[in-house]
Order: sequence, then C-alpha cells, then structure tokens
Amino acid sequence: MRALKFLLQKELRQISRDPSIIRILFIMPMIQLLILPLAADYEIKNINLGVVDHDHSAYSTKLINKIVSSGYFRLKDYSASFSQGLRSIELDKTDLILEIPAQFERSLVKENESTLFIAVNSINGVKAGLGSAYIQGIIQNYNQDVRMQWIQFPRFDIQPTIEVTVSNWYNPNMNYRVFMVPGILVMLVTMIGSSFAANNIVREKEMGTIEQINVSPIKKTEFILGKLIPFWMLAMLVLTIGLTLARLVYGIIPLGHYLTIYTFAAVYLLAILGLGLLLSTYAQTQQQSMLVSFFVTMIFNLLSGLYTPIESMPAWAQWITKFNPVSYFIEVMRMVMLKGSGLADIRYHILALIGFAIFFNSWAILNYSKRSG
Amino acid sequence: MYGGQQLNKEMKQFFIFVKKECLHIWRDRRTLFILIWMPVVQIVLYGFALTNEVKNSKIAIFDQSRDQATMAISNEIAASRYFNLVKNVYSYEQIGATFRQGKIRMAVVFPRGFRYDLLHSNHAQIQLIADASDPNTANTLTNYATAIINDYQQSLNNNADLPYTIKTQLRMLYNPELKGAYNFVPGVMALVLMLVCAMMTSISIVKEKEMGTMEVILVSPLKPFRIIIAKTVPYLLVSMLNIASILLLSVYALDVPIVGSLWLLLGESVLFTITSLSVGILISNGAKTQQTAMFTSMMSLFLPTLLFSGFLFPVENMPIPLQVISNVVPSKWYYIIVKSVMIKGLGFSAVWKETLILVAMTLTLLSISIYKFKIRLA
Repeated sequence: MRALKFLLQKELRQISRDPSIIRILFIMPMIQLLILPLAADYEIKNINLGVVDHDHSAYSTKLINKIVSSGYFRLKDYSASFSQGLRSIELDKTDLILEIPAQFERSLVKENESTLFIAVNSINGVKAGLGSAYIQGIIQNYNQDVRMQWIQFPRFDIQPTIEVTVSNWYNPNMNYRVFMVPGILVMLVTMIGSSFAANNIVREKEMGTIEQINVSPIKKTEFILGKLIPFWMLAMLVLTIGLTLARLVYGIIPLGHYLTIYTFAAVYLLAILGLGLLLSTYAQTQQQSMLVSFFVTMIFNLLSGLYTPIESMPAWAQWITKFNPVSYFIEVMRMVMLKGSGLADIRYHILALIGFAIFFNSWAILNYSKRSG
Repeated sequence: MYGGQQLNKEMKQFFIFVKKECLHIWRDRRTLFILIWMPVVQIVLYGFALTNEVKNSKIAIFDQSRDQATMAISNEIAASRYFNLVKNVYSYEQIGATFRQGKIRMAVVFPRGFRYDLLHSNHAQIQLIADASDPNTANTLTNYATAIINDYQQSLNNNADLPYTIKTQLRMLYNPELKGAYNFVPGVMALVLMLVCAMMTSISIVKEKEMGTMEVILVSPLKPFRIIIAKTVPYLLVSMLNIASILLLSVYALDVPIVGSLWLLLGESVLFTITSLSVGILISNGAKTQQTAMFTSMMSLFLPTLLFSGFLFPVENMPIPLQVISNVVPSKWYYIIVKSVMIKGLGFSAVWKETLILVAMTLTLLSISIYKFKIRLA
C-alpha cells in the first residue's frame, strides 16, 4: 500500500497544477447553482392570454378582469376575430385565447346559459393542461359570483356539500427552487465526478504515460484506488461548495442532518466514480470516453426523476431506474433536505448504492489490464 | 487557365482532407455508434419515458370515520387511474413517517363522523395532504382528487341543474392529446445537433493541438482554415443522418407529424448545423486541452440549449437578465423555427426573422474564428 501513497501524491499534484480543472471545479457549481435554479422554474404562471370579446358588456369586462387579476395570466392581445387570435397563437404571442360570444351577458341572464370558447396552444402539454384548468376554475368562480348576484342563497348549505382542504406539506409556499436545487446538486456532483474519472485513465493512455505505470510495481487495485480517492475528494469538495451555496443563496437548509447527506454521498460517489473508471478502462481516446460518459450520464439524468416523476414513467423505464444510481441520490437528497428523513429511512437506498459501488469498482479493476494494446 | 488549375488542385487537396477526416470517424466505431444512436435513445426516452402526466401516484388514506360515504369516496379515488392506494394509515404521525420514507405522494384524511356531518349539517370536510416538495405534481394530484370528490358530491345531489350556468368549450390546438413529445422533439433536435456538431468538432480540432499533430497541419501547403472546415464536414454528414433518424422516429414511432414543408425544415436544420459547427470552431480556437474543450462546450452550448431554448424550462418565468441571455443562444431560434414549421405547419414567411438571426450568428461566429485563427502555435 506504500505505492498507493505515492500514487495519491502524484494525482493530487497533477490536479492542483492543472488550472483548467480548478477553474471547472469552481465555475461549474457557480453556474449550475446560480443560474439553473432561476431557470428551472416549472411553475406554470405568466400564461399569455389573448381575448376575442364580441360582447363588450359589463359581464365580459368583469370576467376578463377576474382572469387577469388571478396572477396566472397576462393579457397580451385583444383581437377582433377568432382567426386573428389564432394568428397570435401561431406567432407565440399568446398561449391561450378566450372567445366571448356576442350576447354573452344577455343569453346568460335570459336563457340561463352561455358558452365561452377557449383555445389553447398545447404543444407544451403540461402548460396547456394546467393553464386550461386554471382558467376554467376562474370561470367557475366567476359563475358562482354571478349566481350570488341573482339568487339569494340561504345561509346554510341546501345540499350536501363536501369541502376539500388542501395542505401542502414540506413546501407550503410551493417554491420550485426548493425542489430543484437538491436535484441539481446531485447532477453537478455526478457530472464532475464521472466525467473527470472517465477521462483520467484515457488521458494517460493517450499521452502514453500509462506505459510507465504499467511497468512499475503498482498493483491493479492500487492503481484504481489511486485514481478513485482524489476524485472522490474533489467531488466531496464540490458537494460542500454546492450545499454552502444552496444555504447562502437560496436559504435552503436541510431539514435532515448534513451527516446523512454526506454519508450517502460518500457511498454514492464510490459507485459513480467506479462507473467512470470502468468506462475509462474500455475507451481508447478521450473523445470516446467523453462521449460515452456523456451518453451514460445523460440517460441516468433523464431517467433520474429530476425532471419528471418516476411514477409517471412506463414500467420498463421504472425498471431501468432501479439500476440508476442517480435516481437513488436524487430521491435521498430530496427526502433528507425537504422532509428530514434520517439514516434509517434511507437504509435500502444506501444498501443498493453499496452494491453498485462494489460492482462497478471490481469490474473496473478486473478490466484494467497492465498490458497495452 | 492557371487559376483554374490552381483551384482544381486546391479542391482536390480539400477533398482528400475531407476523406481523411471521414475515415477517422468511420474507423472509430464506438464513437460513431454513439453518435448515431444518441438521438434515437433520446427520442425514445423523451417520447415514452418522460412524461409529466400523473398516473398511479401512490397515496395513503387516513379514514377516521369508516362509514359508507368515506368508503365510497376511498373506492372512487383508489379506482381512478391517477391514484394507487398503497397504505391505510391510522395517525398523522404515521402519515409523516410514510412521507419521509418516500412511499406516498398524497394522503387523504377523513375526519371523524364524516357521513353524519354530511347528512345532518349538509357540510363535511376532507383534507388532502400533498407532498409539495414537488409543487406541480402536488397541484395536479390535489386537483384530480378534488374533481373525484366533487363528482361524488354531484351524484348525491342527483345532478340538479343550477341556473345561470357558464359553460366552456375547450379546444387544444396542435396537440389535442397533450403528448409530451410535441414539445420534446424540436428540443431534442436542437440538443443533438449542437452536441454532435459543436462539441465533437471542437474536441477533434483540439485533439490535434494536444497531440502535437497541429504543427504538421499548419506547415502543410493547404490553407489552415480549410483544414478546419474539412474537419467539420464528417460531422455535418453525421448530423444530417441524425436529423433523418429523429424525424423518422417522431413521425412513425411517436406520431408527431411534420405538418409544414419538409424541405423548409431540412433547409433550416442545415443552417443550424452550420451555426453549431462555427460555434465548435470558435471553441477550439480558445481551448488547449480536450477536457477544456469539452467543458466549454458543455457550459456554453449544452446547458444553455437545455435551459434557454424553452423546451424544458419556460423562458417566460425566468428573470429578465436570463431572458436577455437566452436571445444569444442559437438553439432558441432553431427551436422556435422547428416548432413553427414542423408542428404548427407555418411557412417561411413566419420564420424569416429567426432564420435571419441564425444566418447573422453564423457569419459573426465564422468571422471571429477566422480573425482569431492563429497560424503559429503558442
């Protein structure tokens, strides 16, 4: 194990003398944590509304006011005809048009019924779904107001009424950043860890320096450990920077213990770095290893539950997520940071990750051969 | 005559170089394999695996009255395709513990004497507790559950018609089934082209620097900048192949049709490919190692494409400075073009502005890289 000490010394020196690594190490977390959460705001608001009002009555004006004052909609366009309104959707000026028919007020009062037309640009399905639900809710509400004006309701409910109250636990302000930041942190640590590790051995191969290691009395395990430990330390450092930024910039303080996060991260990084090293032992050029690790992390990230909930995925994709270390870490990170889960709650997650770590690293050691070519 | 011969000779040299670069990629089967399969995998994942659609969400029920009414409502909720009842709990503490283990997304709480209240005072309460760590899902879940409860309430009232009713007629344009693919396909196209063209080109150029073979190229009789152009040609070909596979998959596997003109779409894609290639060339100018080239590409291309093109995250929600930044990201304009042409079926008159922006960006990028291109090393 004496060789390991020297290997570590060599790797750490190499890292600390490579300004590009240091730059990446500090710039990446900054950019990802300062810009991404600002951008990754999925909350559906600011829906651009176009109105085609054929009625121009007191009722239609009141309805439009009510919709705009809800805060979800921005009145962007007033068109004289439906086809003009459609044009504004085509040009992406509006997302949703509300057409109020002529005599809307009259037929509502005289005939007890009136119909509004809504057309939604549904290329973005989520936005269209929530947007139309919001506007229909507002219209219903407005409908209730109108009824109240015309009918004297008794003080007590005349019909059985069920009142539904909603409590939003763990994130009562429905703040999207609280949800995204822990996930982004995971992505950050994963990207840095796996791509550095994947590159490293290949770089030695490409530069020819691996020959020197091959002819020296270094054991295979020592070699892999010598690569693993420095990057493990780097990634832990990045995690610390990330957690600090999350705390200082977004005021996100984990409900659970930092120790829980670090314990899990320690195991997780062993697994993800092992995977990177494994890819690295297979690749011949840096271009290859970068592309492969990029490809693998991309699949891992997409199937991690960071962007879309895992339960919504079809069965085969859910099955894949079971073999995806990233999805475990994202789940754990959110559990610990938002819900205050402890080590006991995440014990199965840890066990799974220990399994991954052993699997990837032993494979990497087995596959690293000291022969060239 | 001499000029013509000279031109011929130069062209020949150029094509020899293109051939060399093509062979490079052709022989690196692993890289080629990934370059060709990446868009396919992305389309399959985005198209089939990634949906925000909520279904089979795990819920728990805390029923403190266990009467006919609560049973009926519980059954209705459990039977819907949105929910999957995994647990009956018996206290609020237990709800908290189940949430902490990540086992459920929502809990439905019936208070004691639910049916009694409903029948005698015409008023009863149900509490929905959602795990709002994911706000959108929480919103959607509570909306669905409320709708189911409202239906039950309606059935109690025998659907009595209320006076003064405003009805709404809803029309979903372009994507009536609200499929995620309509949004993702244009985004994946932008993402893949950026990646293949810009990242791979910049890495392959920088590789020559790192390996020292750049010196050989710089002293060769061919004009250096042409060599760089020659390096981009194979990636142009690969990306054409990618566009074809993405379009075929989206039409035949995802049922996302190409409503507008196919030729216009292809033309715009070639334009965007050239833009991405020029970005790659510019990056390779600055980077010294492949690793730097890759991270620069990631930082300046991949992430901005993901963030600012608008296919994953709504640009209109971003703070103003970020919205301004989003305008310099080429993918944003390409994304708008693809959406307009492919999905909305609009013609060139609708996208000429975006096209012009892409052309201007390409010309600027190329002139900067030509200006900054150094014939001397170091």
